[in-house]
Amino acid sequence: MSPHISIKAEKVFEILGFPITNSLLVTTLVIVVFSFIARYYYQELQKEDRSLVFYGLHAMFVGLYGMFESVLRKNVNVFYGLLGSFFFFILLSNWSGLVPGVGSILIEPQIHLEEIAESKEIHGSGKIPLLRGGTADLNTTVALALLSVILTQIFGFKYLGAKAHLKKYFNFKDPIMIMLGPLEIIQELARIVSFSFRLYGNIFAGEVLLAIIPFLLPVVFSFVVAPMFFLEIFVGTVQAFVFVMLSAVFINMAVAKQH
Amino acid sequence: MDVDAARLIATSLAIGIGVIGPGIGIGLIGSKAMEALGRNPEAEASIRTTMILAAAFAESIAIFALVVALIIKFVV
Repeated sequence: MSPHISIKAEKVFEILGFPITNSLLVTTLVIVVFSFIARYYYQELQKEDRSLVFYGLHAMFVGLYGMFESVLRKNVNVFYGLLGSFFFFILLSNWSGLVPGVGSILIEPQIHLEEIAESKEIHGSGKIPLLRGGTADLNTTVALALLSVILTQIFGFKYLGAKAHLKKYFNFKDPIMIMLGPLEIIQELARIVSFSFRLYGNIFAGEVLLAIIPFLLPVVFSFVVAPMFFLEIFVGTVQAFVFVMLSAVFINMAVAKQH
Repeated sequence: MDVDAARLIATSLAIGIGVIGPGIGIGLIGSKAMEALGRNPEAEASIRTTMILAAAFAESIAIFALVVALIIKFVV
């Protein structure tokens, strides 16, 4: 028996021809949990005496606010909503792959018989996991990266004006800038790739690690896997943090006046 | 050489060569952070945060190599 490793999310079922993958299911659950936490925080905010959970959440929000303040300075109030929700969505998506049951509940696939025949050669059994970590799917991370890069451009237009912002990319007065302008455009495109692959690679590598370790050391299984889970919790936090910190730095670069 | 053997060699070369650079990089980051800590022990919190961030960036290069290796192994 070999471990189940799939580089892409599998289709669980279809709604009107629209494929629902197992990662999409988990991402939807994450969004539901996210909105419940937000609602709880808001309700507690209205009360006079607040619970201990509220203060735990509040400490995290304030700590994150301080981190962004050190990068964004006076603009922090404008961008905190966006970057904070990025952070907590990515954090919950990263951790969702570690919840017991995610990845271990296998079901028989119901669609695409010819693809199953193909996948049987790879996985051994034709079964697919019902749930899969949200950011362990490249589609999710590419969507997040596109959102971050496009919003950075929009903020650049908004804060500097169209002329000053486009001057970063198309400036024909200065011979050096004629060469550097296209490089800036390539850099923007490379940013999408590096954002998405960094997040996807880390989380997917963690899943592969957790799937492979029991096969390498079957006897001392539980002594080895438990520390690995702590490692993955740490990696998930750090990667969510890296994503929002990079976004903050790029947004700050886009909205700052050129010298 | 058949395709499977070539694929295994390509996988191990991709990850094996790919982690050399990030390994050296993380070592340098760690050593410089230790030096900074020895020079200025009060700044421990900010040094730790920036060190972990920098190590995560160096590690992401290794992760690119890992993704390429996994793609060679399972997809191509």
